[in-house]
Order: sequence, then structure tokens, then C-alpha cells
Amino acid sequence: MNLMEQVPVLPVVIPMLAAPFVMIAPNGRAPWAMATVVAWATFIACIFLLQMVSQQGVISYALGDWAPPIGIEYRIDLANALVLLLVSGMAAVVFPFAYKSMQSEIDPKQSSFFYAAFLICLTGLLGVTITGDAFNIFVFLEISSLSTYALVAMGARRDRRALTAAFNYLVMGTIGATFFVIGIGLLYQTTGTLNLADLADRISDQDNRMIDAGFAFILVGIGLKLAMFPMHLWLPNAYTYAPTAVTAFLAATATKVAVYVIIRFFYSVFGFNFEFLGAAFTWVLLPLGLAGMFIASLVALFQEDVKRMLAYSSVAQIGYMLVGLSFGTVEGVSATLVHVFNHALMKGALFMAIGCVVLRMGSASIASFSGLAKTMPVTTWAFIISGLSLIGVPLTVGFVSKWYLLEAAFDVGQVFVGFLIVASSLIALGYVGRIAELMLLREPPENAPSGTTPWSMLIPMWVLVAANVYFGLSTTLTGGVAERAAAALMSAAGGAP
Amino acid sequence: MDDFFTFALERYNYWIVIILMMTGLYIVISRGNLVKKIVGLNLFQTSVFIFYITIGKMVGATAPIYIGDELYKAHGDDHGDGHGKGHDKDHGDAHNGAAYDDSHASDHDSAHEEGLHAAPQANDREANDLGSDALDHGDSLHGKIDNLGANDLKAAIAEAGPADGADADSLHDLSDRVDAGKIANDPLVKPPSEDAPALDIAEAPLHEGAGNTLEDFQGVADASHGAMEIMYANPLPHVLILTAIVVGVATTAVGLALAVRIREAYGAIEEDELEALDAVAEFGEGGAEAAGAAQ
Repeated sequence: MNLMEQVPVLPVVIPMLAAPFVMIAPNGRAPWAMATVVAWATFIACIFLLQMVSQQGVISYALGDWAPPIGIEYRIDLANALVLLLVSGMAAVVFPFAYKSMQSEIDPKQSSFFYAAFLICLTGLLGVTITGDAFNIFVFLEISSLSTYALVAMGARRDRRALTAAFNYLVMGTIGATFFVIGIGLLYQTTGTLNLADLADRISDQDNRMIDAGFAFILVGIGLKLAMFPMHLWLPNAYTYAPTAVTAFLAATATKVAVYVIIRFFYSVFGFNFEFLGAAFTWVLLPLGLAGMFIASLVALFQEDVKRMLAYSSVAQIGYMLVGLSFGTVEGVSATLVHVFNHALMKGALFMAIGCVVLRMGSASIASFSGLAKTMPVTTWAFIISGLSLIGVPLTVGFVSKWYLLEAAFDVGQVFVGFLIVASSLIALGYVGRIAELMLLREPPENAPSGTTPWSMLIPMWVLVAANVYFGLSTTLTGGVAERAAAALMSAAGGAP
Repeated sequence: MDDFFTFALERYNYWIVIILMMTGLYIVISRGNLVKKIVGLNLFQTSVFIFYITIGKMVGATAPIYIGDELYKAHGDDHGDGHGKGHDKDHGDAHNGAAYDDSHASDHDSAHEEGLHAAPQANDREANDLGSDALDHGDSLHGKIDNLGANDLKAAIAEAGPADGADADSLHDLSDRVDAGKIANDPLVKPPSEDAPALDIAEAPLHEGAGNTLEDFQGVADASHGAMEIMYANPLPHVLILTAIVVGVATTAVGLALAVRIREAYGAIEEDELEALDAVAEFGEGGAEAAGAAQ
């Protein structure tokens, strides 16, 4: 019973056990401080995990010492170690940021509940990522979703529309989760197992309608959760009205974890022997991804609220991930994984910049961005650098993502898709440029409130901006790990190497 | 055509699932009232619960609570000497071999006698307390074999997949396999005749599962002919659905709490009224409120 053997379970256990204590802590600084320490402890555990996986290969941890496949297995390979690192890392950065931001955005009486819900959300997201059990994924998905509904609703202090946004999110999210659980039920009925590795084993030699139906239910259910293009309607409102720190965290992690789940099911469970998979790639993921890229980007162009604009941009970015996935090659999957990681960095930084603006100006409407370069230069440049990253300018992570995506597209001969990826990036240039123009070239309004942005918000934001540049120059962590992870997934799925 | 109808009717529980599911989804989509939406969502989730319960159900199986030796006692009760003894003897022969045969059979039977009056659980303990080494040994062996049977059955069910896959043939195969396993465990013992153990085993679950309405199940018993000692329903879907029910309750609670908060903030819970109120807040009835509410 040494500690290192128990590391795989720590990312889930630490925030889960800490959450009740955070909840009973007196309102004010205490719950925040506890939550931040917990987030960092989780982050450190995830760093250890990535190191362990990187050195010794796949880790299988039998929860409660019940041997899989009967017991619940935590199974960590490179792909989910990377996502774990991302989720916990974002939490570690967002929690320090949240303190000042939340003081102004939520009811101070709710602060202990807020941080407790935040930790539970973190637990859920990490649990979805780490587990190797299909039903466990559903449970953790709902743990994270339920706390997310509460977190979104807490934006009601600033705008009551947060409540309706949370309600709609709840309805859509529950339908999605229920579809997912129907899919799991169908798979269980045909195979008699819930362990993902075991499922893959038993599905590989059968092809029947039960499995087809299960696959379809899972695809639609997770599609709702990850805001795949026509099922994204909950996302813009939820992201717009949620407290900004929550938006920064969710935009960086929640949909990414759902993307991971779909990768896991496609490659680790169904595999290429499953005939439906190719059809899903060609007829569902590729067209919907492309449609999302363009339609959501175009909608983003005309938004009056910068938060909502970036929310639509998130839908578009998910389109890129789905397109990468739809190629069904190692390059495609690694492009998706890289983009999952990189998009989290850029959206996290952008939403944090918006958080700083909201703190000062009281709103994220486009008017409050005018002339910002003169009143809030530090925030402005953070926004512009991460905005450039969103477009995909060289020296930023956005460029790395696009590069991987284009390479994958040309590799499978989809030159036209490559062309569309570049074209939709130009729309991103449109909406980011519009804000940049406002910030740099306009004069600030006369009655602009003055003040300083607290360091506790600037530092996390600039950490992410620096990460945007750093990972744009050095791709050993993102690209290297993602390529190895994708190769491992692909060989398990029986696809072309 | 008839075949089709029987096929459809036999799967009536799936029809219930589908109808409930569609009703629920329809309510969620078509109703504007937030509480009604939650009700629809609940119906939708309930259909999934029923679906999972359907997966776990097996015809003639008992609830997945381990009953073990008590079955034999109940068995002894029902059948008195003839059958009960035969049954026990067969088992004794098969598993204990010559050395334990006599002592085991007799001890076991005496334990049964006592069991007639005492509660099964207490009886079990009593027997253990009283018992000689031989008895203990015999009991533990029985326990083991029960486990073995149950596990094999589970595995076979898993392979067979849906609940109704457990037909007479597969059950017969199963019992054969279990018998083979038992025999393999003890090379000293001659294989018993085909029918004797199979019959015993076939009848055991019926008594157990059926309890008082034994006769009703007699026909099924003969048909299945080779059922296991105890047939359990698959417990896993039930456990899963208990979890899902908890999730569903939590979702409902959060949803209704949100509806309450929306009512406090807007004074309405009809979706179109809420939209109208938002539009007024954003653009103003005459444009007067527009500036103030835009944030």
C-alpha cells in the first residue's frame, strides 16, 4: 500500500472529498483558498500520472481492489493522461483567477457553494476521463453536468437570463446523458460487460443492429454534450450568462472531455472492424464538423456580446476537432488531441481577459471593449495574443493545431477540406479583428470606470497566454504525446498505422 | 404474420419502453411550461429504467440475493424424504467422495429436520455450531458448488445476451456443464446417470423461485428440464439503474429548483412569456429601458 500505487485514483478522490469541507467553510476567502489548494494537489497528481504513463505505458487501477472487468477499472493511457493534465491544469489556473472575479459576479453568500460545486464539476470531468468503465462515464458525466447547471445559474446575479440558460442546458444535457445511457444499455445487452476494454473485445467479432443502435445512441448523446453543430443550442446562452471564471473553465474543459469520450468510444471500443464507424466519419462527423466551422463562425461575426461571440467560436472550434477525427488516421486523431489541448489554452485565456473586462466595465458587451488599449493595456494584449492564436497565426498554439489538421487533411487527400479549414480561419480573423480594432483604434468612452485589475487575475491570464506562445514553439508535450497517444489508439482500433 | 404478432407481443416491455420514451421526449419538446418539461424529462428517464430492468429480468429467476444452502433445506421441506434424500445423496456422491459420503448425507439430512421449524438463517448457524467436521466440510463444499453454478450461469447469460435467451436448451447445456465440472473435481466418483442430477437440479430453482405457487411452475420446470440449482436475475442492471435513479432524482431536483428561481426572477414559468420578458428587458417596450437593461 504505497502511495504511488494509489496515484491513479487521486485526481478523482481529492476534489470529491474536499468538496463537502469547502461547502461548510464560512463564506469569503476560506472556501476559495481550500479549493485552490485542492486544484493544485490534483494538478500535481495528474502530472505524476502523465509521467508514469509516459514511462511505463498503460496503467490499470482496480477501484476498491475489485479486479476488472467485474470491478470498475481506472485505465490511463497517454490520451487520457493528456486530457487529465489539461483539465486539472486549467482548474489550477482558473481557481486563483476566480477569487476577485467571483467577488463581483456572484452573490457573496454563495461563495462556499460556488467553490464546492466547482470542485465537484472538476471531479466529474476528471472521472469521465480517467475511468475505463462505460457506466462510470455516465455517472461522472452527470456529476459534472449537474454541478455545471448550478454554476451557470449562479450568473443570475448579473443577468437573470442565466437561469433560463441553465434550465435549457439541464434539459438538453439530460437528454444527451439519457441517450448515452440507452446506448450503454444496448451494448451491455449484447455483450454483458461494461468495461471498455472488455466491450471492445466482445464487439469486435459481432455485427448486429443492437450494436449499431447502441453506437448511434452514444454518438447522439455525446454529440449533445460536446455541442456538435446542430445540437449546440444550449452552449451559447450557458457560456454567455455563466460567471466568467466558470465560462473560462467550461469552455476549456467540459466540451473537450466530451470529445475525448467520443474518441475513446470510436477507437477503443468500436474500432475499425465496426462498419458503422466509417459511415459515421464520412456522413456525420465530417459534414457536421464543416457546417459547424462555417455557420457558427459566421454567427459569431454578428454578436453584440463578446462572451457570446466566443461561445459561438467554441462551437466552430469543436467543428475542427470533429473534422480531424473524421479522417480516421493517426494524423487526424493527433490533430484532434492537439487541438483539444490548444483550444483549451486559447479559450481559457480569452475568457479570462473578458473576466478582467467585466470586472472593470461591468459588462462584456462590445461597447465596453472600445478603446480598451488605453485603459487596460495588459488585458488588451493578452486578448489580442490569444485571439491571434485562435485565428492560427504562426508562433502560437493555434498555428500548431491548424498545421496538424491541414497535414492530416492532405494526407488523406481531402484537399478541399484543407481549403475549407483555412477559409473558416479567415472568418475567425473577422470576428477577432473586429474586437481588436475596437480595442486598439477607438477612443475609450468618456465615463470609462478607472481602477486596476488585480494581480490574482492578471497572472493566471498571462500564464495561459504564455502557454499559448510556449506550446506554439515547442510541441514536444502536446504534439509528441498526442502523436504517441493517437498511434496507440489507432493500433488498438485495428486501423492503418 | 402470426409469427410477427407473437414476436411483437412477447416483447411488450420494449413497447412500453418505446412508448414512454417518445411520450417523454414529446412533452419535453412541445410543452412551454418548465415544470411540464421536467415531468417529460422524468418520463423519458423512467423509460430507460424500465429498459434496464428488462435487460436484467430472466424468466423463472429469483431476485439476485444469494440464498445458498437454505435452498436445500426448503427443498427438503417440500419433498420430504424421497426426493430430498435422493438429491442430497447425489450431491454427496458427486462431491464428497467415499470418505465423506455417509456422514455428510446423514448429517445434512438431520440439519434439514431441524430446519423445519427454525428460521433458515438461524438454522444455518445452528447447523454449523452443532456440526461435526464432516458436516462443516460438506456444507462448505456445497457452498462452493453453488457458487460455481451461479458463476457459470452468469457467464452463460452474459454470452447468451438478452434475458429471453436463456431457453431450455442452453439451460440444459449449462446443467450438463456444471455436472461435468463436478465430476471432474472428483475422479473417484462414477458419473451419475444422465437424468438423475439434471432432474434434481431442474426442480430445485422452481421450488425456490416459486415458493408457494409451486404447481404453477411445474410445467415450466419440466420444459426447462436442466435449469441450475438456483437461477438468479442479473443483478447488475438493477444496480446500474439504482444509480441512474439517483442521478434522475438529482436532475429533477436541480431542474425544479431552477424553475423556482426562474419564477422568482421573472414571475412566470411559461417559456414564451419568459422570452417576451427577456425581449422587453433587452429592447424595451418603447425602447426606454433599452440602455439600462442591456447589460
